[in-house]
Amino acid sequence: MNNSTFFLVLRRMRAPIIALIVIYAISVCGLTLVPGVDATGRPAPPLSFFHAFYFISYTATTIGFGEMPNAFSDAQRLWVIVCIYLSVIGWSYSVITLIALLQDKGFQKTLTANRFMRRVRRLREPFYIVCGCGETGSLICRNFDRLGQAFVVLEKDEIRVEELDLLDFKTDTPALAADASLPDNLLLAGLRHPRCRGVLAVTNDEQANLGIAIAVRLLTPKLPVIARARSPSVTANLASFGTDHIISPYERFADHLALAIMAPERFRLIELLTSLPESPIPQVHRPPGGHWILCGYGRFGRAVGERLAETGITLTIIDPAGDPQAGHIAGNGTEADTLRAAGIATASGIIAGSDNDVNNLSIAVTASELKPALFVVVRQNHAANAPLFQAYGADFAMVPSHIVAHESIAILTTPLLARFLGEIRRADESWCHALVDRLHALCDGLTPTVWGICLNASEAPAARQALMHGRGIALRDALRDPSDRERMLPAIPLLIDRNDRLTLLPDDDFDLAAGDRILFASSLFTLNHIKLTLQNANALDYAIDGHADESGGWLWRKLRPANVPARR
Amino acid sequence: MNLEKVVFGFFIVLAATLNFGFFVGDIDRPELHHVYELAAALVVSLIATALKFGDRTQIGAIHLATSLVADLQLVAAAVIWAIAVHVTGEGMTASVTSSVVSLSGGALFANIVSVVLLIVETVMLRR
Repeated sequence: MNNSTFFLVLRRMRAPIIALIVIYAISVCGLTLVPGVDATGRPAPPLSFFHAFYFISYTATTIGFGEMPNAFSDAQRLWVIVCIYLSVIGWSYSVITLIALLQDKGFQKTLTANRFMRRVRRLREPFYIVCGCGETGSLICRNFDRLGQAFVVLEKDEIRVEELDLLDFKTDTPALAADASLPDNLLLAGLRHPRCRGVLAVTNDEQANLGIAIAVRLLTPKLPVIARARSPSVTANLASFGTDHIISPYERFADHLALAIMAPERFRLIELLTSLPESPIPQVHRPPGGHWILCGYGRFGRAVGERLAETGITLTIIDPAGDPQAGHIAGNGTEADTLRAAGIATASGIIAGSDNDVNNLSIAVTASELKPALFVVVRQNHAANAPLFQAYGADFAMVPSHIVAHESIAILTTPLLARFLGEIRRADESWCHALVDRLHALCDGLTPTVWGICLNASEAPAARQALMHGRGIALRDALRDPSDRERMLPAIPLLIDRNDRLTLLPDDDFDLAAGDRILFASSLFTLNHIKLTLQNANALDYAIDGHADESGGWLWRKLRPANVPARR
Repeated sequence: MNLEKVVFGFFIVLAATLNFGFFVGDIDRPELHHVYELAAALVVSLIATALKFGDRTQIGAIHLATSLVADLQLVAAAVIWAIAVHVTGEGMTASVTSSVVSLSGGALFANIVSVVLLIVETVMLRR
């Protein structure tokens, strides 16, 4: 398939090539038949094949050396006129066909698809396939890029793919304008590539996400799929064939909101750990209990309503299609009257959750005017409206694309994080509060990067080597600054997983063992330092016992007798 | 009946027959091997090659390969002729003639393979 472009060109160029061969044959044969003239004006034999071919070659390509080897007879000149026009026609035909071919949409598609495939095949590092590069997709891409994580993009819309080129990614990202729900395109994007780590189905089309998830499950059963779903039926469908992670932004937000009311510290911890790495720390949300107003009772409204009911909050629902018998109030919620009817005087919070951004803002502004102390939650549907929502400054904003992006990045880049989040479900508020304070102090004003490393041959070769040779490494050693071992790097080890035995917040004396998987929270800068210590034998030696200069490359270490201790 | 198939078959067989026409006769007698026959065989062989471009099937690939072999042999024969007649000026001696003709004999073999392939393809189609 690689040289399909070549064959396509050949196939299209068949007619002009044959035309050229025929024109050359006629011209050359003609010249070998027409009698010539010698220098004295007497008739001479015609040109031989060799001379005729020589003459036609330079005439047809418009080089034109003149009449060789002798001046031509008039009969020969007559024939040469015919030859010249024939050859001009032949070459023009070929050139026009070639240009038409280059401008052909189908041909260009083949070219880009081939280039894309070559680039995917050449990927040497683990990568993810991002299907759909809308708001969510591009957010994920930007963050993958910041983390130095390779990825491949499949997006249906050609214009979006072209915009992707303008985004100026650090990494060289192959992107193709193709429908990701077609299995062929997924394979083209490297689904069966040995380095492919997972697939994110985050297109705007529910059915497409479903199609991608099924295709991946059938073609490469071991590969994790993360899919976005909006409606419960699609969620159930995705779950039915074992999609690894389904992100339904509405339910996820409803969970978060409910958690923020019931266990604010635990929610804060989860928020910090799953936010995008090194982004400004989100403000603290402390939604109050009591009576709430919910505007918009669609899929989002229902999800929120269900979760909030568990927290003991009483809800008044405002919806254009509201059912008065169920206690709902008909209306948009954008008018003060409706809000008053819903009991805004006694309410402690309001959720502007319709699928219209302008209405949501209008609800929020009206409600805060009526009661400034109200806790306002707004749903932002489109990233393009972000400036408006920022200007308003809601207490809590729900942006579906952010929720999906945060969660998929957190899950994909650090599989251990999911286990950590599972563990803290049992943790109490004071424990969470202590950890939140430590995380806040970690990288001034920015959220920490949560990352995992496995002490194995590929991720931490030096540490594994040392541990296998019986040298003990305490967790403290891993956290030493590789340029000054007395200084400790600002990082919090969150979790150590040793053969499925989990140690939460291990202390500094914890003895590491080969094969341990460690989850850290730190800045990106510290991340690189810790990785250096664990991956580089010299840096590790220095961190463990402070030998700065018994270093040396691989060759030197081989040459040095093993039993002679290095000088102190 | 498909006109494209007719043209295809026509040129393949014509390439083989013209080649045979040049090849047949005592190998070292220049008067039995006319240069026009060589030119015709070369041109038709080139056209047959162009007709085989762009077929990605296995049999199409072998078709193209045999044609390329025939072209190569005929071009080599034509170059030897040009060198003997025009460059060294020794003319069509018995030894030059025999090397030109034997090269065209190689091309003939490739052309025969091509014709056999064509027949095989047709027979398989019938089934």
